Amino acid sequence: MLAHLRPAIATVLLFTGICGLAYPLAITGIATATMPAQALGSLARNGETVVGSTLIGQTFTADKYFWPRPSATSPNGYNAMASGGSNLAPTSQKLHDQIAANIDAWKKAGGSGAIPADAVTASGSGLDPDITPENARSQIVRVAKARGLSEADVAKVVDANVERRLFGVIGEAHVNVLKLNMALDSVK
Amino acid sequence: MSINGWLQIALLLLLAFILIKPLGAYMARVFEGERTFLSPVLGPIEKLIYVIAGINPKREQGWLAYTLAMLAFNLIGFVTLYAILRLQFYLPLNPQGFPGMTPDLAFNTAISFVTNTNWQNYSGESAASNFTQMAGLAVHNFLSAATGMAIALAVTRAFARSAATTLGNFWVDMTRSTLYVLMPLAVVLALVFVALGLPQTLDASVTATTLEGAQQAIPLGPIASQEAIKQLGTNGGGFFNANAAHPFENPSAITNYLNILAMLSITSALIYTFGKTVGSVRQGWALIAATAILLVAGIVCVYIAETSGVPSHLAMGIDPTLGNMEGKEVRFGQAMDAVYAATTTAISNGGVNAMLGSFTPLGGLVPMFLIQLGEILPGGVGSGLYGLIVFAVLTVFVAGLMVGRTPEFLGKKIESREMKYAMFAILVLPFAILAFSAIAAVLPSALAALGNAGPHGLSEILYAYTSAAGNNGSAFAGLSGNTVWYNTTLAIGMLLGRFAYAVPVLAIAGSIAGKTRSEASAGTFPTHTPLFVGLLVAIILIMGGLQYFPALALGPIAEHVSMVAGQLF
Repeated sequence: MLAHLRPAIATVLLFTGICGLAYPLAITGIATATMPAQALGSLARNGETVVGSTLIGQTFTADKYFWPRPSATSPNGYNAMASGGSNLAPTSQKLHDQIAANIDAWKKAGGSGAIPADAVTASGSGLDPDITPENARSQIVRVAKARGLSEADVAKVVDANVERRLFGVIGEAHVNVLKLNMALDSVK
Repeated sequence: MSINGWLQIALLLLLAFILIKPLGAYMARVFEGERTFLSPVLGPIEKLIYVIAGINPKREQGWLAYTLAMLAFNLIGFVTLYAILRLQFYLPLNPQGFPGMTPDLAFNTAISFVTNTNWQNYSGESAASNFTQMAGLAVHNFLSAATGMAIALAVTRAFARSAATTLGNFWVDMTRSTLYVLMPLAVVLALVFVALGLPQTLDASVTATTLEGAQQAIPLGPIASQEAIKQLGTNGGGFFNANAAHPFENPSAITNYLNILAMLSITSALIYTFGKTVGSVRQGWALIAATAILLVAGIVCVYIAETSGVPSHLAMGIDPTLGNMEGKEVRFGQAMDAVYAATTTAISNGGVNAMLGSFTPLGGLVPMFLIQLGEILPGGVGSGLYGLIVFAVLTVFVAGLMVGRTPEFLGKKIESREMKYAMFAILVLPFAILAFSAIAAVLPSALAALGNAGPHGLSEILYAYTSAAGNNGSAFAGLSGNTVWYNTTLAIGMLLGRFAYAVPVLAIAGSIAGKTRSEASAGTFPTHTPLFVGLLVAIILIMGGLQYFPALALGPIAEHVSMVAGQLF
């Protein structure tokens, strides 16, 4: 065993240098130089102000904005410093009550008909930046009214922001809430 | 379920299948010590490592020396990682000023990463500095995978050689695994990941002013480099608490595809490498076929269970098209969540792109059961291959009993010594899982950590010890595991699952290597046929799975019955 200690100590230290410092720092260097937008977090800007990351969901509560999914992060929803889901079981009374409350809120905000599942459930990350196109369409009436726009105009913006499946196969159609709301803000 | 969902699943499995041969053949060359296209760059680095570390690459080791080298390497790895975790406050690249981890949490985390488990009782974004993530945790994402590959290579050579006393050199196998296989793939994948949106920076965070005027702090870090090796090395430990559900770890359906392909790539290809090295590529494909059958069955079950949804939720008027969406992201969809959940547990990765604890009872049972089968479908990098060979040895033994002949695998006679070690290895897992779960289920302080009542609470405990002993790392995360009890016992479970399995396996390898390899005769039971594949699948299910049924009946199965009856807890 003792004979093995020297190679053990040496290899652990050497590979800490290679895998733990050289590798991530080299990737950081190349990434920052060639792909700064992605490397720094895909930030969205309004002029000079950073308004968020297009990849990270954020809270919207005003009627004139589309709302994201419920979020289970603590202490408030969409706390990017504490990602996570509710981890509540399908047989959980607490989860049942939460979904019931989310359904009430969805109806109060003007939702009607079949309830899009993503509109009343929390995501696994608590930071889901997207909603389904059905969820977005269920909010058009409220947003149009608050903005004084016609429903058709708002629907047009929604349709333009639906991101479809890659090659028509991979992934699911979704709408990025931040991009959609920024697009709406730029409609005059 | 949808046609498109099935199409996505089929396409992904097809791509994974296509990767097996080229990667497996490349690794066979690397481990035979042959020159590859990377040798001009990596050769000098490799030589330098041997010189500094005092390693003679030409000197081979017997099974005991090989085992001791492996243990010494892991011991030093554990000590350095534990020190980094405890001392991170005093170390560089800690802009957030995170304090050192508590002794029990650091113990759990260090064991977790050294054993390739990556169970995480901490949240990366609020407890681990960039230095800890890079120079501590990610290093062991490489080295624990390389350890697994080295052990698998020793076992491979045991069957390839005839009347041999040595199994290779641990230091060489570990070094070559890291430099020639893990590192080049990680570099390429990390850069592709950045291009697809994963952040890679030493900045700690950025604060945004949202459209509604609120402040949102967004954590950043060297995420792409970590994510790449996390998948390739079947580690699974996320940069963030939400793991690959987090949009910075897995921003789109295409990164999700790459994540799953990456985690399947090396571990599947190693089985091909095994076949090629022992001189029977067909043997490799037969083993791959057995793992594929069980993996696909797992994927299908999860997909059906999750798209069926939760009856009591649907009764409130929710559109059933999307299925059970609690704990899932919109951008992936149920099909890709099902593949991720089944793959991550069948191969000992343990990362998740959806919260398994919110899965339907049967959708959650499958990942737990796939771990309990022994992490061999095709399992963790290296560890999957040697685990699979233990089951193959058991299969020829059972077949031998049925026809009354001495069992043989690849021309090596399987005798009582090998069988004893194989049985010991296989019993470690149920012992660690069931014994600890049973104690936790009656310990008030352990029960206080549960996040859900009713049968799901038992499932949380059972899943935790299953995940630890299986060196998986995924969780029913309602359980708050950062307590002295869970930190300690889960770490012991991880140690048992890794080393109380690997050491007997290396002993088997030593014993097998010494035997003369005989030519197949008319009386030999062929081990590359559909009959053998079917038998192997049956042995995996019976020997690996049956002992868990009583526990599963009280957890997920009881929960399923409750859910159908509309009972809430």
